[in-house]
Amino acid sequence: MSIGTFRGGVHPPEFKELTENCAFETIPNPEEIILPVSQHLGKDATPQVKKGDDVITGQLVAKAEGFISAPVHTSVAGKVLSLGKEITPTGFPKDAIVIKTNGTLEGERFRLSPLDPETITPDEIRARVAEAGIVGQGGAAFPTYVKLSPPKDKIIEVVILNGCECEPYLTRDYRFMIERPDDLISGLKLIMKALGVKRGVIGIEDNKPEAIKLLSDKILGETGLEVVALKTKYPQGAEKMLIKAVTGKEVPPGKLPMDVGAVIQNIGTAVAIHDAVVKGEVLTIAALTVSGKGIKVPKNLLVPVGTPIQNVIDFCGGVTEDAVKIVVGGPMMGVSQFDLHAPVMKATSGILVLTKEEITENPETPCLRCGQCVGACPLNLMPTKLSRYSQLQRYEDAEGADITVCMECGTCAYTCPANIPLVQWIRLGKQKVLEMQKERAAVTQ
Amino acid sequence: METTTTTETKQKVYFDLTTSPHLHSKWSTKKVMWFVNLALAPTIAAALAFFGIYQALIMLTAIAFAVGTEAAIQSIRKKQVTWFDGSAALTGLLLALTLPPNFSLSATAIGSVVAIGLGKQIFGGLGYNIFNPALVGRAFLQAAFPVQITTWMKPNFAVDGITSATPLAALKFDKVFTETTPMILGNIGGSLGETSAIAVLLGGIFLIAVGIVNWRIPLSMILGMIIFGGIFWLINPQYPTPIFHILAGSFLFGAMFMATDWVTSPITNKGMWVFGLGISLVLVIIRIYGGLPEGVMYSILFMNGFVPLINKYTVPRTFGAVKENKK
Ligand code: SF4
Ligand code: SF4
Repeated sequence: MSIGTFRGGVHPPEFKELTENCAFETIPNPEEIILPVSQHLGKDATPQVKKGDDVITGQLVAKAEGFISAPVHTSVAGKVLSLGKEITPTGFPKDAIVIKTNGTLEGERFRLSPLDPETITPDEIRARVAEAGIVGQGGAAFPTYVKLSPPKDKIIEVVILNGCECEPYLTRDYRFMIERPDDLISGLKLIMKALGVKRGVIGIEDNKPEAIKLLSDKILGETGLEVVALKTKYPQGAEKMLIKAVTGKEVPPGKLPMDVGAVIQNIGTAVAIHDAVVKGEVLTIAALTVSGKGIKVPKNLLVPVGTPIQNVIDFCGGVTEDAVKIVVGGPMMGVSQFDLHAPVMKATSGILVLTKEEITENPETPCLRCGQCVGACPLNLMPTKLSRYSQLQRYEDAEGADITVCMECGTCAYTCPANIPLVQWIRLGKQKVLEMQKERAAVTQ
Repeated sequence: METTTTTETKQKVYFDLTTSPHLHSKWSTKKVMWFVNLALAPTIAAALAFFGIYQALIMLTAIAFAVGTEAAIQSIRKKQVTWFDGSAALTGLLLALTLPPNFSLSATAIGSVVAIGLGKQIFGGLGYNIFNPALVGRAFLQAAFPVQITTWMKPNFAVDGITSATPLAALKFDKVFTETTPMILGNIGGSLGETSAIAVLLGGIFLIAVGIVNWRIPLSMILGMIIFGGIFWLINPQYPTPIFHILAGSFLFGAMFMATDWVTSPITNKGMWVFGLGISLVLVIIRIYGGLPEGVMYSILFMNGFVPLINKYTVPRTFGAVKENKK
């Protein structure tokens, strides 16, 4: 078996053992859920309910608005308590619908009509994915049906399911692969059908041999499907890295995977697509890993979207004495939290409670010009230079050094012995450069 | 707008809010510096074994004055005193290891002061210097004490035919070739750090294994020596073989501990190749045509000067970008 990979990258400790053998558990409904109308990249959805309205589980509460958007459905039954700004895991308040649960309404549940995956047409798949409010589960939360609707002139050759789960601690995709392999493959086939693609690849890091074995066995005899083992390395699950490892092609700066004929979907997304088509389920449940040395009982959970982080943490026994940081997402790209009322969102992949011992912060010293960050950057950038330019506000130079290509994976900052907050500086510089480019575009118009 | 409370407010508000990544490798500047010091242990041991206890005094003097100078300059300039980060101690130790075994302690102290003062602090301290500070100190001593610094001592356990002269000097001035085995073991004349190839390699391999030294630099230097040294040797077998070049003098010590100094070597992978090959080319030319027998120090300092340029022209191609102006 050939093991694909890319240049650069790092090997952070994985900590997968904390949760890899924890089967999904369903958390009870919270008293109250908070549903931001923007849980996806693109335009906010438009609320369809008023304060005081009764809603049933699965009911549409905010409609998609425009091409890149996704509807929001309530994950509980109850009464609309308020519409207004609520804190989200990004740290910023966003428009949200707050719903108070009401147990007596729980019996009823809204479902779409199930469809037959054998006879369904590509258009029906797209429509269903859009209607069910499915967004990419890998972080950016891009509305999935948009990815399933490439422009006519793009020829898609391969669909790659991202089974790398290269972020330390997270095991939710792994659990999906182990617990729901058939649904996963069914989801993959639906994606392939929607795109009219003959080749479907499931890329899995080689630190998950059971998943590789199980899925390889499941697809035996199927034409067009393959499981590819990939080297365990961060960030193997980044789209560009995954495409490079599987197809050998590099996505040029500023281009999309579809420009090299590939579409990447997350494992959880494939399962959600299967559920939406076969069971008629809209997306109201987030599957996530709760882990870290600071949580009493690490678990993999199925959580109603909108559940406050605090409830999830309580369900896992609370935090330990030495917990110092709570992160939503993985430890390499996740966001640290200050308000635990922020809700679990559709694309939330993990909640980590980290202790001082795990985060080893060393004092910052001047750059040693060691080149570790340069050698590690999977996109061949010069992180030390980019952060320096940003610090010195030399944004033109930063632009020239391709700062906008940076995917903020954190690999460089992970390696830096001088502990320079490289990604923080680069992020800032990138924002400035993007603003600059926008202004320029406005002027030339 | 009304705010809603979900559960009891039992959340802690002191949660750390730093941005991603939330994990960091275990390396810090300080830890790296002390690891390099540690990697010199076999070389220190060899120096003591071959030349005696006086070597410990040289090393201690060099370290004490290096650290003292660093602390003094930093406190005068009201900067944070970082003498304990291990980098000044490392400079002192490296300098000591380039000196002859019977070098005077007062001159050693002067060398240390110059190494830190002129080699490092004048540029703004750790991370900002262009030239390897230990080599700056050593170059100063070479100029100030030209005789003392080329006066060698016969090692303990010297076998027949081994004199106090270094193999390179013996070759240059007396046309005498030293055998390979003593050069590997270290019972030959030379400075503290350059005698035992084995001890140097042990430390160097350790640093490569833990990921501090980038293997590209020592490897490209060795390859460079095989290529350039080999060319001269093929043209005229009177010249030393590549093996002799590699084992003699402070080549290996320079390749493992001096050229690989993070601050003064290139940051790009390609740049490291250019740098290493460049050092060997310059070195072969110095050793063959220069007036002095040895030239590792000068060739590294020389290439240190080109590092900004090397970095500039070896910027890696951004992932996915098409190579521009491929002519
Ligand atoms: S964060 Fe950006 S610069 Fe740093 S390693 Fe990742 S892509 Fe490279
Ligand atoms: S890893 Fe840190 S110290 Fe090393 S070159 Fe990059 S920014 Fe500088």
